[in-house]
Amino acid sequence: MDFAFSEEQEMLRSTVRTFVDRNYPESKVRELMAGETGNDPALWRQMAGQLGLQGLAISEKHGGSGFGFQEIAIVMEELGRALVPSPFLASIVQAGTYLMHCGDDAAQADYLPGIADGTTIATLAIAEESGQWDLGEISLTAGHGPGGPRLSGAKLFVVDGGTADLVLVAAREPAGGGLSVYAVERGIPGLSMQPLQTMDQTRKLAHLRFDAAPARLVGQRGTAAQALEMAMYSGAVALAMEAVGGAQRALEMAVDYAKIRHQFGRPIGSFQAIKHKCADMLVEVEAARSAAYYGVWCASERNDELPLLASLAKSVCADAYFQVAGENIQVHGGIGYTWEHPAHLYFKRAKSTQILLGDSAYHRDRLATMAGIA
Amino acid sequence: MGGAAPVDLELTPEERAFRDEVREWLAEHLAGEFAEHLGIGAPGSDEGWDIRLRWDKELSGGGWLGLTWPRELGGRGLTPREEAIFVIEHSRARAPYIATEQGLTLLGPTLLAFGTEEQKRRFIPPILAIEELWGQGFSEPGAGSDLASVSTRAERDGDGWVINGQKIWTSLGDQAQWLYVLCRTAPDPALRHRGLTMFIIDARQPGIEIRPIRNMVGRSEFCEVFFTGARTTDNLMLGELNGGWRVAMGALSFERGLTLLGHQISYEREIQAAIELARERGKVSDPVVRSRLADAWAAIQVMRFMNLRSLSSLFRSADPGSITSVTKVFASRHHQRLTELHAELAGPWLDIVGADYALRPVQSSFLTSRSETIYGGTAEIQHNIIAERVLGLPK
Repeated sequence: MDFAFSEEQEMLRSTVRTFVDRNYPESKVRELMAGETGNDPALWRQMAGQLGLQGLAISEKHGGSGFGFQEIAIVMEELGRALVPSPFLASIVQAGTYLMHCGDDAAQADYLPGIADGTTIATLAIAEESGQWDLGEISLTAGHGPGGPRLSGAKLFVVDGGTADLVLVAAREPAGGGLSVYAVERGIPGLSMQPLQTMDQTRKLAHLRFDAAPARLVGQRGTAAQALEMAMYSGAVALAMEAVGGAQRALEMAVDYAKIRHQFGRPIGSFQAIKHKCADMLVEVEAARSAAYYGVWCASERNDELPLLASLAKSVCADAYFQVAGENIQVHGGIGYTWEHPAHLYFKRAKSTQILLGDSAYHRDRLATMAGIA
Repeated sequence: MGGAAPVDLELTPEERAFRDEVREWLAEHLAGEFAEHLGIGAPGSDEGWDIRLRWDKELSGGGWLGLTWPRELGGRGLTPREEAIFVIEHSRARAPYIATEQGLTLLGPTLLAFGTEEQKRRFIPPILAIEELWGQGFSEPGAGSDLASVSTRAERDGDGWVINGQKIWTSLGDQAQWLYVLCRTAPDPALRHRGLTMFIIDARQPGIEIRPIRNMVGRSEFCEVFFTGARTTDNLMLGELNGGWRVAMGALSFERGLTLLGHQISYEREIQAAIELARERGKVSDPVVRSRLADAWAAIQVMRFMNLRSLSSLFRSADPGSITSVTKVFASRHHQRLTELHAELAGPWLDIVGADYALRPVQSSFLTSRSETIYGGTAEIQHNIIAERVLGLPK
């Protein structure tokens, strides 16, 4: 049951899995989720230095290895499988994709090498008070004075926004001037980062407030929409892959447990109530995997189907993940409801995956429009 | 490292030429009565039977049947990729649904896998020429999902076999010249599936009575078959003595190969019809309807991606693998949801049928889709297969 990822790509997958298995056991995940940053800086550096994961899709000119989105997607699937808390989604997928598509040579030269070698953690701030990731909802504006642009306003639910060294802020130019992106660096006056306590503790979010914070334009004024869309689509497909990895793991946990847990003198997996539940979980996972892998292909080709696949893969995979993670708790019974058991970590991650970058109702509405349901 | 697409869809220049050849041929031959009956027929259905049978003959004349079958038996010896290209183009062009599915997609591949050279030479050419039609004798009144409990007996009598018993749900059995029948050859019923043998049996003989059964669509598409001292010969045993279970399982797995691909393409047309109907009836902007249509539409897209994955593994290993059981469960479930939504959108007109219970497409899909979680192994049996064979859960 596989798609044709190349042999080299499968080698990358097994390298990542070995690294993750060795370095991010459940105890490590729990240690990081209890902490504030949700990242282990030493492992993050190792990921960059030894494996070169952060630079996979970044060009060689900017310190990366010049592969593409397919490789990034494989990494996301593996990180999702083990619930690895790390800024990979924020820094590599979201901020990285925007930077690679923004057409701003100077900003690329300044920021991408640090992102590629893991010394800079970046993020992309989209959502505001409305709690939506639709680019049309962006209302934060930049003031333009003699000292350069200054940002005022707020960005909410920013992934790794409490620890990022570099925040790329999506803003709207006044008077119908379109969208721009401004870079704000950690520690500058006028930027306050408010880390949040999250239900899914494996993914850290923050609210950011800007009070005339000095910022640097990244890309051209008013023309950031296209690169922002690419970042959103890539983010959606990457989250879909993360969901597939997590859902697959939750399925395996349920099946393994159903084989060893005995009640009424038999393994519970011999009862059809459990058997059929597990079979349905597999159907969900395989449907999700099919959508996600096709989405990855569209994203790597940047083809016409990408906007559609981003919404489709994101909603289908996040919903499948949520379903499977919930059933995993059910198959485990009482033990699955405890804090000690990892089932709830997957359930909570599945929920945050559904919410982030637009929930399933939002993406289904986009799908409806693209499918001509009007 | 990069470059390879996760879906291996790029056609080679030769494949593109083949696709163009298929397209041209279909465009030229889907004329006259075939053009008037585009999209007619469905799996196991006798709708438009005569037209569809003539279409099968048209395909036969053009050399479009048995594409992957050996050339020496009248096939084309092409690759599974080329066959998939043909199936896709055939469905896209809305050509009539193959009438002789039993011979072409079930018995034919089974014969090629398990038959003797003599059997292949005797039976494959008339299947390709649409000269002999086939019916399947697997299920019995007392052996549905529990197929291993079949009780139709075959007993040796001289150099032949005598068959007594009853089969049921034989699709289009009244059209069949030949039956392939799963029989009990070892008297001890405790042997279960180890005591079964597959026989090819002439359907046109005094010991066989075939009675049509009317289904809930109002059509007589499947039959019950009564064997009372019917006879067949030793050389018509398909596979080994007491090795019939393997043959039957092989036949059922062929049913799930490329067929799902054709279904998905017809579902794509159904969702478009449902969207159109919602639009006509002013319901398309109702947020609930819109959301359900989007869900149904998305599910059919997912079917497409699942089928592409099946094809991709089929192309690499000549075996669609267990993904097809999973796809079948997904496809039948979501197709039922789609037909229910489509039916709901039709409003009270759904309930009004034509003379002699004539049904419009929305009505017949609505009713037919109930069979999709039953035939070829019920959804529950599919769940058992997935749980036991794919996930390794205990029996």
